[in-house]
Order: sequence, then structure tokens, then C-alpha cells
Amino acid sequence: MDYQVSNKAKIWTTILMIVGIVFTGIGIIAASGSGHLGQKFLGNLLSNSFFFFSIAISAMFFLALQYATESGWYAYVKRVIEAVTGFLPLGIGLLIVTFLSLTFTNGAHIYMWMDPEVMNEGGSHYDALSAGKGAYLNKPFFWVRTLAYLAIYYIMWNGFMKRSIQQDNSPELAEEIHFKNYRKGATFLVFFAVFSSTSAWDWLMSIDIHWFSTLFGWYVFAGAWTSAMVVIIILLLYLKKLGYLPKVNESHIHDIGKWVFATSFLWAYLWFSQYMLIWYANIPEETTYYLMRIEHYKLLYFGMFIINFAFPMLILMSRDAKRHAGILTFVGLVILAGHWLDVWIMVMGGSMGPTASIGFLEIGMAVLFLGLFVRVILVKLSKSPLVSKNHPFLDESLHHEI
Amino acid sequence: MHKEATIREPLVIGHKTFHEVTEDVCKPIEGKAPKTWYVLFAIAAIIGLYGVGCILYLLGTGIGTWGLNKTINWAWDITNFVWWVGIGHAGTLISAVLLLFRQKWRMAINRSAEAMTIFAVFMAGMFPLIHMGRIWVAYWVMPLPNQFGSLWPNFNSPLLWDVFAISTYLSVSLVFWYIGLIPDFATIRDRAKKPVAKKIYSLLSFGWSGRAKQWSRFEMVSLVLAGLATPLVFSVHSIVSFDFATSVIPGWHTTIFPPYFVAGAVFSGFAMVQTLMLVMRKAYNLEAYIHTKHIEYMNIVIMATGSIVGVAYLTELFVSWYSGVEYEAYAFINRATGPYWWAYWSMMTCNVVSPQLMWFKKLRTSLTFTFLIAIVVNIGMWFERFVIIGTTLHRDYLPSSWSMFYPSHIDIGVFVGTIGLFFVFFLLFTRYFPVLALNEVKTILKSSGQSFKDGDAKTPAFSIEEQHLADVKMKPSNNSDSDGSDVELNNDNK
Repeated sequence: MDYQVSNKAKIWTTILMIVGIVFTGIGIIAASGSGHLGQKFLGNLLSNSFFFFSIAISAMFFLALQYATESGWYAYVKRVIEAVTGFLPLGIGLLIVTFLSLTFTNGAHIYMWMDPEVMNEGGSHYDALSAGKGAYLNKPFFWVRTLAYLAIYYIMWNGFMKRSIQQDNSPELAEEIHFKNYRKGATFLVFFAVFSSTSAWDWLMSIDIHWFSTLFGWYVFAGAWTSAMVVIIILLLYLKKLGYLPKVNESHIHDIGKWVFATSFLWAYLWFSQYMLIWYANIPEETTYYLMRIEHYKLLYFGMFIINFAFPMLILMSRDAKRHAGILTFVGLVILAGHWLDVWIMVMGGSMGPTASIGFLEIGMAVLFLGLFVRVILVKLSKSPLVSKNHPFLDESLHHEI
Repeated sequence: MHKEATIREPLVIGHKTFHEVTEDVCKPIEGKAPKTWYVLFAIAAIIGLYGVGCILYLLGTGIGTWGLNKTINWAWDITNFVWWVGIGHAGTLISAVLLLFRQKWRMAINRSAEAMTIFAVFMAGMFPLIHMGRIWVAYWVMPLPNQFGSLWPNFNSPLLWDVFAISTYLSVSLVFWYIGLIPDFATIRDRAKKPVAKKIYSLLSFGWSGRAKQWSRFEMVSLVLAGLATPLVFSVHSIVSFDFATSVIPGWHTTIFPPYFVAGAVFSGFAMVQTLMLVMRKAYNLEAYIHTKHIEYMNIVIMATGSIVGVAYLTELFVSWYSGVEYEAYAFINRATGPYWWAYWSMMTCNVVSPQLMWFKKLRTSLTFTFLIAIVVNIGMWFERFVIIGTTLHRDYLPSSWSMFYPSHIDIGVFVGTIGLFFVFFLLFTRYFPVLALNEVKTILKSSGQSFKDGDAKTPAFSIEEQHLADVKMKPSNNSDSDGSDVELNNDNK
């Protein structure tokens, strides 16, 4: 049975988008007098486009990981993972729009290094430390890197999607395509291993221009991966509730539940490693990042950590919880909000500092993006058969039992 | 029922019955050891004893016998410690993490990898102990109530966290390993002819009878322990990395250290497993169980973790420049071009370049090449720790106290001695313990055994006669003597 986007889903995603637009409008009007409107708007645009893009690319990472490790259990739910990657083209588009806006506004006080007044000697805000990074942080090189990441992601994504359909239609090529996916999956992982770190430096770490942390890229990646697993499980549970994918059993759900649990731990481990080492060494250049966030976002920042760590740890620890649709959806939605907040604090804490707060504009843009994101992945899901055919491990997946 | 896709390569080559699996694993324990075993054992024991001698001399004289000086106050001691702890990571990763990921190929190697882990952690633990100089007060690292007033260890120190992390890791690994051994000890017990051996193995096997209920509990305990051991795999080496990263020394203080140390540990651990496995499969005729596919899988793990380590090296290098901190930048320039450049470039070649060769299927399925690379990786990982520790310390903030490190013969003797002792333990293990988790391998025989997979198995895994004889044998009063899946019978189905 192929999936059709239900009217209910269409109405709800439209409502989300309309509410988002209305709220954003109110937020823009409210902020128009403050003189920070451009920075506020572009900051939120950056944080949301990155957050939703990162979910799509992490879902693709997960898919590539399944290919490269020759996993079998996922074959029956492959299309669900693929649907989540379906936001990738739009996500790439939104990121490019964001970066173009930032480039033409000389960084809009978000990317200080885009501002010639900061980087050029004799400028009104010249900063030697920032200028020292000019060889890496400059507009042309930034665009070369950004376009390289996005182009390679897009080309490889296209390949994965094309081969997935091709495998459905030509049983005689199924094995050949499978081994091709195995090789391409490994290739993607190589690119992603480098790009996930460097793109996090370029897009996010460079906002706090003086600050640096070697772990930053892996930390951002872990958060995105967790969010991707959450979206995958929620989408799967939604389809299951509507009666699709009858052969998805408790074991499949349990397995993805374990991934949510494990990636949350990975994220918390990396959060702790970065935080604790900086706290312990107490070097001013490094502690400034956290001091600012603790001073101005204490509740949000530590609240975010508790949500993203304690929630999955305490609630998803038991085996039964990882098989329970209600619990998984609840925990999933909460930590998805938590990871959104994490990215938001990364961007806004670094750019606007004490003047940022969560209001109409922030909620409005997040809701707008969420509506768009859900709509796009549902449409993507309806474009191809819900279950892939001819996958060599499909039989393993159908008989999956743990 | 579980299915296994036809395109997956079989994990047990050829046609093996349950009985043959038992025979293959138990033979070396029951028979006489070959001459080579004695020769190897004697060599390892001599080297080990020399190490023990060096340690005794060191304890009697003081750690001044090491080549340490005021500037380089940590060198080979901690290098060796971290190296051995790192090696001790593979076993638990294989048994716990791969169990959670349902990687069935682990069954061929988990037993000896876990044994190796435990022995490696023994070796690692020795270095902090002897570094104390006064080893007889080693128990002071424990937070014990004492008569000295409020004398407590420094809970803020990562060195103390190490004590807890490593002792927890060792205990859990030991329990995990032992639980897995129980059914196999029972099999050996049931086959043992000599009364002393029978007595010992029956004590070791805790009265295992192989009933369904025991297996069910066995599997449950394995999963629980795997769940406990997985965070430990991360915590141990993370905390080891804290020893350095919590400081304010350029080259030590960097946030990527915890995950990168974990990856490096798995990397070196797998290299050591590879080294041992390649010899063992040959010496004990286990080629059907540990075959090219297993070696290839391990090589892929080595390649993946080696790449993670490589990305981390480059990240550190980049950020040392990006940070704009001149001390940080100098630490790395000094590593690459200073007096210890050869250590840095050995590390880079061995750890970053050599595992990349595993991208070629031809190379990663070549046993000779694998053996070579495994040794290269172990050398590289030793150099990595030396580069991190030695070259960072030798030029600190104060150029007037810059110096070089020259190992004394005691430094060398203690290090080489631990390698000897490690092999003494490992050789004893291969002699008296089932080196393969034979009862676990049997569980995958029908789904992953070559002949069963191809459908050309001439006889069932468990023939009718065997079944019948097992029933007959179990009927007599002492049914605790049989593990239910094996009988003392040479079947003629070979």
C-alpha cells in the first residue's frame, strides 16, 4: 500500500506554516524599532535552516551507515529513512539563501569575520585576533567550502535515491545495486567524517569568532544525529498508527528506540567532555563561551541539557519504554525541542548575546520551518512505494526479532 | 525465526557438526602442547622475568632509575600505561558493543579478545602502581577511612578517577569474560578424562548443566553486562584522556581528547587482536572459524577507527592555528619539526596512512599484509602516546628548562618485560582455556555455517545417533555431567 498524504496532515502542516508566518510577522513588527531586527531575523533563519538541514543530512548519514555496515534489520523501513532525507534539497536551498543574505549584509553582526571593518587593518572595529583567522574565514573561501559540502551532499543523495527506485524496478540488478550502495555508503561516510566537522566550524563555531574547541564539530553532529533518529521514529510510529507498514514489529521500533537512546548518550557524553574540560582548565579564552551562555541563558541552557540527557536516559532506559509508541513520541518531541534549543543558543548566544530572547519571531520561524519540514518529508514519502523491493536483506528485516 | 540473507558470507567455513566444533576447540586443551608452545612460553617467561627484575630493582632503588627529569616528569611510564589500557579496549568492545549490534562474527574472536583485554589491563595497571615508588602504600589511592586524620585522595584529580574507571572496567570485563566461559568449561569438564582436570573444570563451571533455563539466564546476563560494559568502553579512555586534557599545557588541553582517545584505543586494541588471532588460528587449526572474512571485518574496524584518529589529529593541528594561541601553535610546530619530529611522523605514517591502505580489498584480505599493518599500528599507537606526553613536556612555557628524554635501561626493561608477561598470560590462556566461544559458535552454525547455508550439508549439525546417545547418556542419575549439546563420541560424519 502506497502512502498518500492525508487531508488531515495537509491541513495541519498548512496551519503550522500559517501560524508560523503570522507569528513571524508579529515578531518582525515588534522588533522593528529595536535596531536588531536584521540580526535577529537572520540569526533565526540560520539556526532554523541549519537545524532542519542537519536532520536531513544526518538521516542520510544513518542510511549510508546502514549500507556501509551491511545492516539487515532496517530494509523494511528504508523508505521512512529516505523520506527524512527528502528535506535535503530544500534544506540546501534555505541554507544558501541564508548565507547569501549574510554575505550581502557583511555578516549582519552574526559572522563578524564577514565584516571588513573587523578584518581589515584600520577598520573601525578592527580586531587582530579575528583578522588572524582571515586566511580561513573569508567570504570566497567560505563559499568554496560551503558549495563543496552542499554539492557533494546533493549529488550523493541523488544517487542514493535514484538507485533505491532502480532496485525496486529491476530485480536482476538488485544485488549489483546493493553492492554499489555499500561502496557509495562508505564513500559518503568519508566525506561526512570531514565535512560534518568543518561545516560546523564554518557555519556555527565561527559565530563566536574568538572561541575554538576541537570537539565542536562532533558535538554538533551528535545532536543532529539524535534529532534525525527522533524524526525517523516519530514518522514510523505515525505511519504505523495510520495502518501502513503492517510488518513493522516491536523489534524494529525497539531498535530505533535504542538508537534514540544511544545517540542521546553520545550527545551528552560529548557535551560533558567539552564542558567539563573547559570548566576544569578555566582558560579565559575558552570559558567565555559558556560564561556568556550561563549568564544570559541559564535556564534555557541547562534546561536544554537536562531535557536532552535526563529525559531519554530516565524514560527510555527500560525495554518496554523503547517499544511503546506513546512514550517514544513524547520523549522524541521533547528532545527534538531540546536539540532545536541547543542550536538556537549556539547561534543566538554567539551573535546577539544578552539581547536575544525567545518570542514571537523565534517561535514563529521555528513553527514555520517545522510545518515545511513535515510537509516536505510526507510528500517525499508519497512519491515512492512505502516498502522497497528486491533489497537483499528484506527477508532478514521481515523476520526481524530481538 | 531469524533469517540470514544468502549474499552474506558464511561465518564457519566448510561442513562442521556440533561435535566437530567441540572437538576443534577442546583438542588443544586435552592434548599435549606442541614444542613451539613451550619455546614461546620460555621466551616470554624469560623476558617477563627480566621485567620483574627491573621492577624489583626500581622499587628497591626509587623511580630515579627511570630517565625522567625535572621537565619531563612523565614519559615512558605513562606512555606504556596508556598504550596498554588502549589495547585493553578491543575485548570489551567486541564482546559488548558488537553483541548489542548483533554482529555474529564476534563469536569467533570474542573469547581471546576479552582474555587479551584483561591481561592488557593488568599490564597497564602495573605502571601507576610502580610509579608510586612505594607500592606498599598503593591502597592509599582508595578513599579508605584512616588514622591520619582527614587524609583523603584528591577527588578533583583525574588520576583518581582513573583508579575508579580502570578498576570498574577490569571487574566488569572479568565478570563478562567469565560468564561466557562457564558453558565452555562445562563442555571441557564433561569430556575430561583425568580426575584432577575434571575436578578443576567442574569447579570452574559452577555446576552448569545446559538446561534451557540456564541458557535463558545466560543470555539475559550477557545483555545486561553488555549494557553496563558499553559506557565503560567510553569512560575508561575518556578518563585517561582527562589526565592530560584537564591541564593547561598546550598540546594536552584540547576538548576532542576524550572521543579521540576512545577511537585510538579501539584502533590499537583491534590491531593487537589481529596480531594474536592471525597466529592463533594457525597454531590451533581454527581457520574454519576465524577466516578471511573475520580478518577483513577487523581490518575495516581498524580502518574506520584509524580514520577517526586521523580526523582528530588534523582537527587538533588546524585548531592550534585557528585558535590564534601562539603556545598552542608552537606545541604542534614543535611536534612536527622539533627534535622529536621522527616520533611525530612515525605516528602519522603508522596511524593515519597505513590504515588507509585497507580500502583495497586485496590488501585487507591478505593475511600477511594484515599482520604487518597490525604491528605497524601498535608501534604507531605507542608513538602517539609518546608524542602526546614526551614531546609536549620537553618544551614547556619556560625555554630555560627545555630538555630531552633518554630512556634508561630500566625504562626499556620494564616496558619489554610487560610485553613478556602479557604473552605469558596469553599463552597460558590458550593452553588451558577454550580459545573460542564454542557453545556460542554452535548457535550460529545452522544459519551461518557454509554447508548449511549453501544447502549441501550432507548430515545434520546434530545427527540422529548423536541425539540418541545424548539421551541415553543423560538418563543416568548424574545428568549434571552433560551440557546437553555434546557427547563423548567420535561421530563418523566427517
